Amino acid sequence: MSVQITCKNAALGYENRIVAEKLNFTVSAGDYLCILGENGSGKSTLIKALLGLKPQISGEILCDHQGIGYLPQQTVIQRDFPASVREIVRSGCLGKTGLRPFYTKEEKTLADKMMQQLGIKELEKRCYRDLSGGQQQRVLLARALCAAKNMLLLDEPVTGLDPRAQQELYEQIAALNRAGTTVIMVSHDVTAAVRYASHILQIGKKKQLFFGTTADYRNSKIGQTFLEAGGADLE
Amino acid sequence: MNKLQVLADYFIKYPFVRYAFIVGLLIALCASLLGVTLVLKRFSFIGDGLSHVAFGAMAVAAITGLTNRMAIILPVTMLAAVLLLRTGQNTKIKGDAAIAMISVGALAIGYMLMNLFPSSSNISGDVCSTLFGSVSILTLKSSDVALCVVMAIIVLLTFLLFYHKIFAVTFDESFAQATGIRANTYNLLIAVITAMIIVLAMNLVGSLLISALIIFPALSAMRLFRSFRSVIICSAVISVICAASGIILSILFSTPVGATIVAADMAAFFLFSLIARCKGTHA
Repeated sequence: MSVQITCKNAALGYENRIVAEKLNFTVSAGDYLCILGENGSGKSTLIKALLGLKPQISGEILCDHQGIGYLPQQTVIQRDFPASVREIVRSGCLGKTGLRPFYTKEEKTLADKMMQQLGIKELEKRCYRDLSGGQQQRVLLARALCAAKNMLLLDEPVTGLDPRAQQELYEQIAALNRAGTTVIMVSHDVTAAVRYASHILQIGKKKQLFFGTTADYRNSKIGQTFLEAGGADLE
Repeated sequence: MNKLQVLADYFIKYPFVRYAFIVGLLIALCASLLGVTLVLKRFSFIGDGLSHVAFGAMAVAAITGLTNRMAIILPVTMLAAVLLLRTGQNTKIKGDAAIAMISVGALAIGYMLMNLFPSSSNISGDVCSTLFGSVSILTLKSSDVALCVVMAIIVLLTFLLFYHKIFAVTFDESFAQATGIRANTYNLLIAVITAMIIVLAMNLVGSLLISALIIFPALSAMRLFRSFRSVIICSAVISVICAASGIILSILFSTPVGATIVAADMAAFFLFSLIARCKGTHA
């Protein structure tokens, strides 16, 4: 199994304020890593570091930033944005176009393939703002897949979805993972994390609380505390 | 019929009418293209703010007695545009407050300077024409037209070349950054082009009415169309038609050019809203 991300003793933060430090974890191809942590624990800073948008203060983070397909949180602007599904999914290919002002045939085919894979091909001419929350997330997921070289980074993807749409999206992500895509998901949802993820990284105020496989997490003290708090059903 | 003949006469006899027409249509086209992005990015007011800055800069240019006023107005407005878009991200003064602050500040200082160092005897006339663009479009020289054509070509080319990137940066800045598009560079580009259009449009509608050229066509198009490309195309078409009819009507009925164009844009907006309501599903 090839290692895709190595994070060694990394400290993250702004100027001279450290948000999280002593981060140590690795992600191998095919892993499903769930990053848990409360608000202000440095999750979004970690995302920026993984995407290569904000370099770490110290330590090492080794990964191919450009190869990560990113699913950001929805913004207010997007809710009433006049854009067709096809336009949005294709924009996932923009990282490859450089200064070329149009999409090539291969890029369009790639976008078509991703829409097919996520079952939104028949929506391609519909307007993004007319779609349901679950459909919108699938559109953004297809866009992320267009940008990805087999690694996805999802930032709280189920926020704002109703329980059924949440479930469907989790299943879809799990299916992508089974098909070989590495998934990194930032989440609040401990229950879903232990259900779907293969590895858990939990960060607390300023430091790393846990990193390991999901099985180890269930048996760890911190994992049990959190799962109880999250009201999880440990089969 | 009679009116049409009058119009045809104007076009044949007076080159400045033709100039006004060319310049007017080009400016309307550029403004509407960019307008879609600015409206969607919630920067509708940036046009207004920048035009006030341009007014202030024009006042400074007028009192220094420079022959080439553009040399001051353009860089100052561009600088303000860059500063305003910067503040949108992370500063203590939030975006809308920053725009309001800069725009009224520039307006006040501009008016004060014009009064302190009057360059002509008719200050209120000067101010009025700068604010509402009442006469300046009909006093364009061929060099002004050439400048306008060149700038319009630059704006159009930039837009065509970076169309997909502008879409991506407008729709989702964080994703665009993550895929390696330099979002900040494109924001800067958008700011600079906006400033260029505003300086150009001051000749046409005056600095108070520029926002209308930027936002109305975009808003009208968004009533009816559902994809980014169709919104952009429709907005451009509406804007050009409204500018053309506005200029023609203003010649026929001797109304102020800028105000007539804006009135035409408003009429188009209400028409499109009405159609959207009648179609029902597209509210």
